[in-house]
Amino acid sequence: MSVESLIFEKGATGRRVSTMPTMDVPTEPLADMIPEKLLRMTPAPLPEVSEIEIVRHYTHLAQRNFSVDAGFYPLGSCTMKYNPKVNEDMAVLPGFARIHPLQPDSTVQGALQLMYELEQYLAEISGMTRVTLQPSAGAHGELTGLMLIKAHHQHQGEGHRNLVLIPDNAHGTNPASATLADYKAVEVKSDVTTGGIDMAHLQVLLQAHGANIAAIMMTNPNTLGLFDSNIAEIAQMVHEVGGQLYYDGANANAVLGITRPGDMGFDVVHFNLHKTCSTPHGGGGPGAGPIGVKAHLVPFLPGPMPAKNDDGTYSWQDTGPHSIGKVRANLGNFGVLVRAYAYIRTNGPDGLKHVSESAILNANYLKHELAADYDVAYPQICQHEFVVTAQRQKDEHNITALDIAKRLLDFGMYAPTVYFPLIVHEALMIEPTETETRETLDSFVSVMHIIADEIRTNPEIVRTAPHTTVVGRLDQALAARKPNLRWTNGQEATH
Amino acid sequence: MHYVPNTPEEQVAMLEQMGLERMEDLLTTVPQAVRVNRPLDLPQALAEPDLKRLLTRMAAKNKNIDATLSFLGAGTYDHAIPSVVPHLQRRSEFVTSYTPYQAEVSQGMLQAIYEFQTMVCQITGLDIANASLYDGSTAVVEAVLLALGPGGRGEIVISQGVDPQYRRVLHTYAFARGFSVKEVQTRNGVTPLDALDAAVSPTTAAVIMQQPNFFGRVEDMHAIERIAHKGKALFVTTITEPASLGVLASPAEYGADIAVGELMSFGNTMSYGAPALGFMAAKQKFMRLLPGRLVGQTVEEGGERQTGYVLTLQTREQHIRRERATSNICTNQSLLAVGATIYMAALGKQGFRELGELCLQKAHYAFRQITALPGFEAAFTGPFYDEFVVKLPIAATQMQQHFEQAGIIGGLPLGESYPELANCMLFCVTETRTKEDIDTLVAVLKTVSTAIDIHVVASKEVAEVKA
Repeated sequence: MSVESLIFEKGATGRRVSTMPTMDVPTEPLADMIPEKLLRMTPAPLPEVSEIEIVRHYTHLAQRNFSVDAGFYPLGSCTMKYNPKVNEDMAVLPGFARIHPLQPDSTVQGALQLMYELEQYLAEISGMTRVTLQPSAGAHGELTGLMLIKAHHQHQGEGHRNLVLIPDNAHGTNPASATLADYKAVEVKSDVTTGGIDMAHLQVLLQAHGANIAAIMMTNPNTLGLFDSNIAEIAQMVHEVGGQLYYDGANANAVLGITRPGDMGFDVVHFNLHKTCSTPHGGGGPGAGPIGVKAHLVPFLPGPMPAKNDDGTYSWQDTGPHSIGKVRANLGNFGVLVRAYAYIRTNGPDGLKHVSESAILNANYLKHELAADYDVAYPQICQHEFVVTAQRQKDEHNITALDIAKRLLDFGMYAPTVYFPLIVHEALMIEPTETETRETLDSFVSVMHIIADEIRTNPEIVRTAPHTTVVGRLDQALAARKPNLRWTNGQEATH
Repeated sequence: MHYVPNTPEEQVAMLEQMGLERMEDLLTTVPQAVRVNRPLDLPQALAEPDLKRLLTRMAAKNKNIDATLSFLGAGTYDHAIPSVVPHLQRRSEFVTSYTPYQAEVSQGMLQAIYEFQTMVCQITGLDIANASLYDGSTAVVEAVLLALGPGGRGEIVISQGVDPQYRRVLHTYAFARGFSVKEVQTRNGVTPLDALDAAVSPTTAAVIMQQPNFFGRVEDMHAIERIAHKGKALFVTTITEPASLGVLASPAEYGADIAVGELMSFGNTMSYGAPALGFMAAKQKFMRLLPGRLVGQTVEEGGERQTGYVLTLQTREQHIRRERATSNICTNQSLLAVGATIYMAALGKQGFRELGELCLQKAHYAFRQITALPGFEAAFTGPFYDEFVVKLPIAATQMQQHFEQAGIIGGLPLGESYPELANCMLFCVTETRTKEDIDTLVAVLKTVSTAIDIHVVASKEVAEVKA
């Protein structure tokens, strides 16, 4: 156990790192340029530290952080796969990293070409007509997609449609995005046997609310890691009442080259390029959430879009009068897009299919091997992830999913996603990804076996885990009850 | 197959262990009717050296601003990045982790974000800040949604001095959410107090300003604060050029309730404008209404009760609150926040002020040199920071051709966003432009100025001869 003091607690008055360029222009008194009342009175109390202190401090912080490069990271629905190093190198080439978003098109032909071609690739991968690269992350893509659906319904004179159907195992962003788009989320039950949508419940909802249903948001395979085989029928049913189908692409790592949202009947799809296309997650971002749409939604896409001219040059083209407008400043998370482009080009069509097949294989292998010690919530063949329930461990030994997660940390592994999806009690959602070796999967199985043993023989060591990390289990309740969200000079100990 | 480690033989062995034979046995739940059943129509796989060649050539087709002199700002600023920043920010422990759900093995990222939240408070003067938002434009939207509250109806007043792209984004969300946006036209490059006063009603939920505004002009925020707060509206300020805070009054000093904006230029690559780094700081009373992640300091549950950091107040967030969350944001811009944190630490207390002054002085030198040229006029009078608008003697498109011939990227033509400023350009000068750079720009403008001069003299002579 150790503590790393804050950067604010380091250094001394007058210490500094960066030297500023010289003032090589004739200067004017400040007061002649800016009226005094508009000047800053109190200087910002930023740290005063030397270069070596900064380097040590942030090196220590990095060392206090688990990562994919350090070990197994089976965080379900987050697709923590290996992030190729070459893609990092490509993204910081000066021609990509040092260009300004408002440069004339003629000076950014390479960037435009990359974005134009990436759009084509993503359209092909998803089976959609066009793709906008603008949304910043998955949730942003969801909201953008719902805005397009709204614009479409309004254009059809059906602006009254105000409901969005969302399965009970959906990601939390789905209902939150629906609210932001001024829709009311209506829950669809999942089938307890298949894990897919409960077709009878869907039928009831469509009959009761059909005329008011704007869309259904689905993840396929869903958050249980199960492919909903009824998808074509669901698409038909929802389309029949005039609703649109939205595909949450968080789990698209299972479908590359195997099936496409467009072929399943979806009208809108978002990608999480930081998941499917291996762009790094950056400790929580940046991601990128491009969305693809079928032809009938193209007129509503945000603009501008990259276009290829007859003479082989590229330019930004405004979308037409029906466009919903921009959903962010500038053109999309370009630095992330470069990495995704590199990933698709490195893999090619066969490589991408192999990615998904291998992800599915790794998940099923892990599920198969874990079944001796843990209860799998849905034992059938899964896709890229699966869910284990610790309900039995809780009932028999008062050990929760959280305890198991924390104990995993002691063995140098990250924990699965816990308590999600909400429909599985004491859920541990496991997604190994395709980039793990069989040995890593086997060692995870061994560790889980050890923990299963401990739960029977020495539950206390699991209940009080982790024991080997830089800090022990932290007091979440205190953090929420007495929030301390920033350091202040001379702050009193609040705990 | 580049990044899949297990060989086909190993994969077969794994299948056999499960009592299966082929990969296809794992795909039985995917109906044939929705299968692709053909190879995707994508270019064939590239070996790493071929990929590097392809992308290096593609990148070389772009004129990067280290090789090509540029005076573009307008929301995206070029500030020098000390080498310590990328070296530390790109450590793979930061780069290849995710949202720090498991706090005990994510203390590094959590503490860095706690430091980020603190530094955002320090530069804005406000009480609290969140862990980041997508970009400045969506940060404005999040502030508006906070001000509107649940239901999201109501009216927003926004100055046309706010970045036109940000306003376009706000209108997009207004369409989806059903709130109304009233824009106040600028006069002489700033928001007229009388027009703003007329626009703000007792039902206005928020007044949105930008400081310095899109034209680089410094608004009278103290006077605006009094107008914004005459009713129940929240006073939201947008900061796209954070270097200005080294010199200009902080949002807290002029009484803003919420400060949002863009911090990408602090330590992060420009990357054609994104990924960017939206931020939000606010007065303490808005704590439980903030969107996005928040990191808090706490202690261990047991043991020595040592200090540690966790994601907190998560009941505001989508993964807990679902349709009643304060925002739908999940993935944010953490790695850029780490970059900005290291940058601000490197800048330090003194450096932050020096940076602010350097940009100010250099821009003013450029302004004086340019507006001294015959034919080039200041579009506005009054204080500005490190950007300014110049009225050109020729059409902006023509001016751009001159810049292209001279091999530089000049300023930003404004006609598209502000038709009344059709022949005007916005120039930005930060600390990364030298006097020599500025003089080069002025020399290009001078050739235009001289040509116009000669033309004017010549046409006068023609007129005299005719007379």
